[in-house]
Amino acid sequence: MFSTVTIDWYVALSVLLFTIGAMGVLMRRNAIIIFMSVEMMLNSANLAFVAFARHLGDLDGQVLTFFVITVAAAEVAVGLALIVTIFRTKHSISIDELNVLKG
Amino acid sequence: MGNPILFLILAVIAVGSALGMLLSRNAIYSALFLVLNFVTIAVFYLVLNAPFIAMVQITVYAGAIMVLFLFVIMLLGAERLGGVGAVRDWEWATAALLGAVLVLVFILEMVLGKGVGGTETAVFVDSSPTALGLRLFEAYVFPFELTGVLLLIAMIGVVVLGRTKKRGKHVQHSNN
Repeated sequence: MFSTVTIDWYVALSVLLFTIGAMGVLMRRNAIIIFMSVEMMLNSANLAFVAFARHLGDLDGQVLTFFVITVAAAEVAVGLALIVTIFRTKHSISIDELNVLKG
Repeated sequence: MGNPILFLILAVIAVGSALGMLLSRNAIYSALFLVLNFVTIAVFYLVLNAPFIAMVQITVYAGAIMVLFLFVIMLLGAERLGGVGAVRDWEWATAALLGAVLVLVFILEMVLGKGVGGTETAVFVDSSPTALGLRLFEAYVFPFELTGVLLLIAMIGVVVLGRTKKRGKHVQHSNN
């Protein structure tokens, strides 16, 4: 059972990394750290994609990973610009203090 | 799909660096742990016969994106804001519980459902940058062009957001 690496191993690792990323989103209060956790969740999904591309002998998984990386780059640029703007007005990036819309 | 020992070593590094990112009090350390995590995943991509994606991972993720993160952290001086200590106990417990449930569901599914199943394809797929580029421009031209538009929109958005207004001094006064 443990002599060869199968797709299950990669899916398991992917789930672990995704869970750690999700816990980062839930546990941390620093918006930048939350953002980094989201990046890690995207990465775990990418790992599953590439592993399945290898498993099925199909390049489509790699193409999809390529697109995910591109979109993540755009998302990071906009997100960090938003964080900088929020910091300029509120002098904090703790998400507990972003409660202006709270009724 | 690679040597089990190699997989285990890399998996330990990946999970360890992910936990390091999660638990570091200093945001700079978190970012550096995340770089290590990304590089480890790039090595996984190499093992998985995806050399081009591995290089993109290193240049775009570990290079560009993480430099942007470090730049913003240092620009804002946000190293120590909102550390783990700022989290209330019940929030920590809820997060841990949800994480445990997620992993448990997965383990149950893997054990009861006998895993993903299916045999690995024996055929060697050409995954050179040439093959990937051909696939990208033959089957996925439209999404590819769309990402170009998306990047343009993101760039314009960042410029608009990052612009400081001429009356910035006035805005700061009204804040105080």
